[in-house]
Amino acid sequence: MKCVLTVIGKDKPGIIAKVSNLLANKNVNIEDISQTIMQSTFTMIMLVNIENATATMKDLKEELVSLGEEIGVSIHLQHEAVFDAMHKV
Amino acid sequence: MIKTSEIIETINMVDKEHFDIRTITMGISLFGCIKDTARDTANAVYDLICSRGKNIVKVANDLSVEYGVPVVNKRVSVTPASFLTAKFMGEEIEIALALDKAAKEIGVDFIGGYSALVHKSMTESEKSFILSIPEVLSKTERLCSSVNVGSTRAGINMDAVKLVGEVVKKAADITKDGLGAAKFVAFCNAVEDNPFMAGAFHGVGEGDCVINVGVSGPGVVQNALKSIPNASITELAEVVKKTAFKITRVGNLVLDEASKRLGAERGIVDLSLAPTPVIGDSVGHILEEMGLEEVGCHGTTACLALLNDAVKKGGVMACSNVGGLSGAFIPVSEDIGMINAADSGSLTLSKLEAMTAVCSVGIDMVAIPGDTPVSTISALIADEMAIGMVNNKTTAVRIIPVPNKTVGEYVEFGGLLGRAPIMPVHNKSAEKFISRGGRIPAPIHGNKN
Repeated sequence: MKCVLTVIGKDKPGIIAKVSNLLANKNVNIEDISQTIMQSTFTMIMLVNIENATATMKDLKEELVSLGEEIGVSIHLQHEAVFDAMHKV
Repeated sequence: MIKTSEIIETINMVDKEHFDIRTITMGISLFGCIKDTARDTANAVYDLICSRGKNIVKVANDLSVEYGVPVVNKRVSVTPASFLTAKFMGEEIEIALALDKAAKEIGVDFIGGYSALVHKSMTESEKSFILSIPEVLSKTERLCSSVNVGSTRAGINMDAVKLVGEVVKKAADITKDGLGAAKFVAFCNAVEDNPFMAGAFHGVGEGDCVINVGVSGPGVVQNALKSIPNASITELAEVVKKTAFKITRVGNLVLDEASKRLGAERGIVDLSLAPTPVIGDSVGHILEEMGLEEVGCHGTTACLALLNDAVKKGGVMACSNVGGLSGAFIPVSEDIGMINAADSGSLTLSKLEAMTAVCSVGIDMVAIPGDTPVSTISALIADEMAIGMVNNKTTAVRIIPVPNKTVGEYVEFGGLLGRAPIMPVHNKSAEKFISRGGRIPAPIHGNKN
């Protein structure tokens, strides 16, 4: 299952490292990654595949949210389909 | 890959603008449950709902996690129960209790369909059924009830309107703060696939088991309008349309997946702007964003007409099967903008009535004084039904004559039902009109064959 992982918040060193590390530990593959500063906010979008993940999506989301709280950013993990539905005719 | 700005837009809709899937409603046909006795029928009803609906809460929660869009309510609607109770006049409560128990067992928030369709006339058993509604609402928690008393094809059954006025009054009198009346709707042109409560039932033209989804997002629309403060009205309509398209697309996705996982027929998306009492989730505030000082002032009906139409147009494009009520809801107690306007006196019952001529529902969640005469309640219902009948649209009345309270006081229902100031009703009597009985003939344009 392909999901979009979004990290939004104040830029600081180590955000990508920490998020990628968590994903690697759960056997989640990163297929695409982009990073930008939008209206002075750090925004990172990853396309990840959780098909072979060692955690359920629910658990993965919870761990990502608490990691986000720890480093002061907001992290979302959502099925890719929701964005396709909303933004592609 | 989707653009970053689009991803952020979607995330903001949920995080900041209260976008959600308001309900996943499973419609279940109960015709196969009709047995020789009330007890056997009730048992069959309970078993069928528990077996068909056992996974609805789990599936809704799973989808909520996967898509990152909250699914607020999980509900069941059933075949109008008056079809089941025809053989057991006086024992209707057995079926009602079974419905309520089944709802609790599978964990859904509400179950709708303690309903009767009497828009032309009433059988003896339907009369007995309607008279059972107040007691049923006082003895159940999650069961919702509705009666269709009129249609564009049949006219308005004024005997039923009279009876339903009595039902509203009694249901309010025997429940705390009149809450029973908040679970009852009188309809004209009721739709068979409405996923929203209290008026949901599984129509007789429906199949065995169907999933219908209701989306909502007043906050998303309000925010979209906020971003174009000086736009013309034409542009406003365009932005509402585009926003409705986006939120309905998510409803469409959830409908696809929920019906697949639950092994049920894919029903419809009801693209309604359903407010909640939370700030930033108000239809009233959308109208104010369009340029009204306070909802209820002159211009309100025009703004609502624009909103309702634009929502429908955007939604229809986004989903192959659109149904239910689809439009803007204006429940007073559930919308902070409407609550404030009713409180300040800007929003009156007369203005609300005009608004219902152009939006998707009717007089909804309006609290009136507890000592309002029954004939006045029936007359208010008759007015609303007339608007629906003549305009070939659904109209509904959900009013609560709050016991022992009067104008200037509040009633607090809590949760999604919110709070409402008691609104004044006209004090002149329609007693004579209501006591006549009979039927208002269908309008000439109802005769389309």
